[in-house]
Amino acid sequence: MKKKFDKKQILDLLLNNAMYIIIALLVIYVAIKRPKFLGLASIVNIISLTASKLPMALGIAGCIVLAGTDISAGKIVGLSACITASLLTTVYKIFPSMTAPLPIPVVLLIILCVGGFIGLVNGFCVAQFDLHPYIVTLSTQLIVYGLILMYMMLGTNNGMALSGMTDSYKKLVTGSLFKIGTVSIPMYVLYAACFVAIMWVVWNKTTFGKNMFAVGSNKVAAEVSGVNVKKTIMMVFTLAGMMYAITGFIDAARVGSANATTGLNYESDAISACVIGGVSFVGGTGKISGVIIGVLLLQVIFAGLNFLSVNANLIYIVKGLIILIACAIDMRKYLTKK
Amino acid sequence: MSENNVLLKMEHISKSFPGVKALDDVNLSVKAGTVHALMGENGAGKSTLMKCLFGVYHKDEGQIYLNGEEVDFKDSKEALEHGVAMVHQELNQALKRNVMDNMWLGRFPKMDNLPFVSEKKMYEKTMEVFKDLGIEVDPKKVMSEMPVSQRQMVEIAKAVSYNAKVIVFDEPTSSLTEVEVEHLFKIINDLRNRGCGIIYISHKMDEILRISDEITIMRDGKYITTADAKNITMNEIIKLMVGREITNVYPPKDNVVGEPLLEVKGLTAEYSKLSDVSFVAHKGEVLGVAGLDGSGRTELLENIFGIATRRSGEIYLNGKLIKNSNSRESIKNGFAMLTEERRATGIFGVRDIQANSTISSLKRYLNGPFLDDRKMEEATQWGIDKLHTKTPNQKTQIRALSGGNQQKVILTRWLLTEPTILLLDEPTRGIDVGAKYEIYELILDLAKQGKCVIVVSSEMPELLGICDRILVMSGGRLAGEVDARTTNQEEIMTLAAKYV
Repeated sequence: MKKKFDKKQILDLLLNNAMYIIIALLVIYVAIKRPKFLGLASIVNIISLTASKLPMALGIAGCIVLAGTDISAGKIVGLSACITASLLTTVYKIFPSMTAPLPIPVVLLIILCVGGFIGLVNGFCVAQFDLHPYIVTLSTQLIVYGLILMYMMLGTNNGMALSGMTDSYKKLVTGSLFKIGTVSIPMYVLYAACFVAIMWVVWNKTTFGKNMFAVGSNKVAAEVSGVNVKKTIMMVFTLAGMMYAITGFIDAARVGSANATTGLNYESDAISACVIGGVSFVGGTGKISGVIIGVLLLQVIFAGLNFLSVNANLIYIVKGLIILIACAIDMRKYLTKK
Repeated sequence: MSENNVLLKMEHISKSFPGVKALDDVNLSVKAGTVHALMGENGAGKSTLMKCLFGVYHKDEGQIYLNGEEVDFKDSKEALEHGVAMVHQELNQALKRNVMDNMWLGRFPKMDNLPFVSEKKMYEKTMEVFKDLGIEVDPKKVMSEMPVSQRQMVEIAKAVSYNAKVIVFDEPTSSLTEVEVEHLFKIINDLRNRGCGIIYISHKMDEILRISDEITIMRDGKYITTADAKNITMNEIIKLMVGREITNVYPPKDNVVGEPLLEVKGLTAEYSKLSDVSFVAHKGEVLGVAGLDGSGRTELLENIFGIATRRSGEIYLNGKLIKNSNSRESIKNGFAMLTEERRATGIFGVRDIQANSTISSLKRYLNGPFLDDRKMEEATQWGIDKLHTKTPNQKTQIRALSGGNQQKVILTRWLLTEPTILLLDEPTRGIDVGAKYEIYELILDLAKQGKCVIVVSSEMPELLGICDRILVMSGGRLAGEVDARTTNQEEIMTLAAKYV
C-alpha cells in the first residue's frame, strides 16, 4: 500500500514537470548530436530571440491572467512593424511626399498610440459587452489585418515588403550592447530586460496589478470588493497592445524588413510560452519569471529543432503539441486539488 | 443491533495530504433504516471522509464495506451504480437541461427497437419516481428555472431511481425555507422506512436532534464517538465537537444603540421586486433583516451597496444624501458588504490570504505609487490574529481553507477598509459552531465601537440572539420592524408571510 502511494507521487512529479523534462531531454539529445548547440553563438542567439519575443509575451500574459486571451497580438505586431518601417525609412514608398524620416521618438509614440488604441478597443468590447476575449480578438485581428493590407497599398508601395530603414533606427535596436568574445549582444536584449522590470513592478507593486489578478480570479467578487473591473480589463488590454507595438518596433529592425505577414502566428508562440511558464488559463495566477522561463524554453526548443535540421513544416506540428501538452499539464494542478 | 443490519461500514480510514493528516483512523457504520448524523466543525474531516467513500480521494488506509462486501469506488458514478448516492451541498446539475434529462443522464432509456432516446419513457419513469416520493415537479421544466429546493428534490429522486441504499445529504437545508425543510424531512423519513441508510451532514443542531437515530462526531480528523441520538443533548454534542464547552451560544449583548446613522427612504430596485423600503439604522446597533428566501433581503443590501441597479429611493448617511452608485463609492462612504455566496462572489480562490485580505484597501498600503509589502503583511497578520484565522501562512491559497476561515479572511478584507456600516449577508452560513461564536463576538464588538451592523440571516435564533432590532422582509417589501428583545419566532414568521 505504502509503495503504491510512492509510485503515484513520483508519477505526479513526472507529469507536473513533463514539459521541463521533455525540454531537458531535447537539449541533451541536441547537444550530443550537434555540440555547437551549447556554443556561445548559439546561446546568444537563443537569448536574443527570447528578448525579441518577451515584450509581446508579457503583454499577452496579462490577458491570460484575466482568464482571457488575445489572438490579435500578432497582427498588432505586424501593423506596428509596417508603420515603423514606413516612417523610419530612406525610401518613401508609403508616403511619397515625405522628404526625411520622422524622429524616432515620434514614431515610437505613434505606434504606442496605435497599439494601445487597438488594445483599448479589445478591452472595451470585453469589458462593456461582456464578450469572451477570444471572440473579440478574433474579430479585431481580422480588422487589423485588413488595415495592414490597405496600409501597404498606400503611395507607390503596392503591397510590397518595406525595407531600407534608417541606420540610426537599426543601430538603436540591433546595435551591439556589448561583446562576449566575437559575439555581440544586441541592444534589444537590454530593452527586453527593462520591460521585464517595468512589468514586474506593474504586476507586483501596483494596485492595478493586484486588481488584475483579482479580476482574473473572480470577476464578481472583485466588483463587490470595490475593484473597477471594467477599467482594469481595459487597462490590461491597452497595456498589452502597447507591448505588441514595441515588439513590432523591434521586429522590423531585427528582421530588416516588414510586410503584411510580419507577426503572423506570433500570438501562438506567446500564448504557449505563457502556459509553459505557469500563467494559467484558469485565471488569476502567473508570474513574470514564469513568462521569461516560458519564452526561453520555447526558443530553446525551436533552436534545438533547427540544429537538428527538422523540417520547418514539422515545427508547426511541434508547436501545436506543445500548447496542448502544456495546457493539459497545467489543468491537472487545478483538477486534482479540488 | 446485530452486525448484519449494517449497510455501510467504514473502518480505520486514514488520509494524509502534504503536511496534514486529514483523517486519522476514522470509523463510521450506518445501519439500514436509520438516519446517521455526521457531525464536526468545519475542517473536522466530514467532507474528506465522504470524498474517500465516493472515490474523489484515495484513502491511504482502511476498508469500506457495503452489505458486508469490501468496496473501493473509483468515482461517484461507480458508487451510484452500487447504490451509494450523495445529495451535494452545492448541486452539480446541468442547469440548462430539463428535470428528466438530469434524472436519466448517462443512462437515457431507449426506444424499444431503435437506438434513440425515448422521451416518452423518460417522462413516464420520472413521473413514477416523483409520485412515489410525493414530489410535485414538472419533469419537463428546465432546471435553472426552479428554486434550489426543487432541484434538490430532483437530486433525491435521482438517487432513489438508482435504487440507492445509502444516501448522503450534505448540508441539505442550508438554502431551504422552513416549509421546504419539512418536506425534505418527510422524504428522508420515508426513505428511512424503506430501509435506506441515510448519512446526514449538517451544522444545525435542532435538525440533527430531530431527525437522526445515531450521531457520529468527528474532531480534527479523528473519530470521537458514536452515540444514540435519544441519549445525547445539544450541549454534549457541541462539547464533543469543539472539545470545549460553549456555555452561551451567543455572546453577551452589551452594545449601546446611539444616534441615527443611516436612513433609507423608499428604496426600490430596477430589476428585482424590492420596493419602497424605508428604515433607519443607528450607531452601535446590530440591525437584523429576516424574511424567507426571495423576500428581497439580499437585494436590499445589494441596493444599498450599489451593486444592483436602483430605480428610486434615497440613502442618507449622517443626514447627508449619498448616492452609493457603485461598490467603490460605497466603500469610500464607509460601507462594507459581505456577500451570501462565499465561493461565487466572495473569495478569490487561487489567490493567497494576503491578496484576499488587502484587495479592498490597497490604497492604504501605497508608498508613493507603489505598494508596500510590509504594510500589506502587517495588515493581513492583524486580521489573522484578530479573527483567529487558522492558516499555515499568508501565502496559502484561500481555497485550501475551511469555510469558516475563508469567511474570516473576507471579514478581514472589510475590516481593513475601516467601515462604519457593515452589511453582512448570511455571515455564518456553512460555518461551524466555534467560528460562528467568534463571528457573533466580532459583530457585537463592532457595534460597541459605534459601527452599525446590518445582518441578513435565515436562522431566526441567530437574529434574536445578536440583534437589537429586526426588519422583516416579505415579497420585496418591508413587512414590519420588531424589537429583538421582546419578539419571538412566531411574530417574525407571521410578518414574513405578510406579502407572500
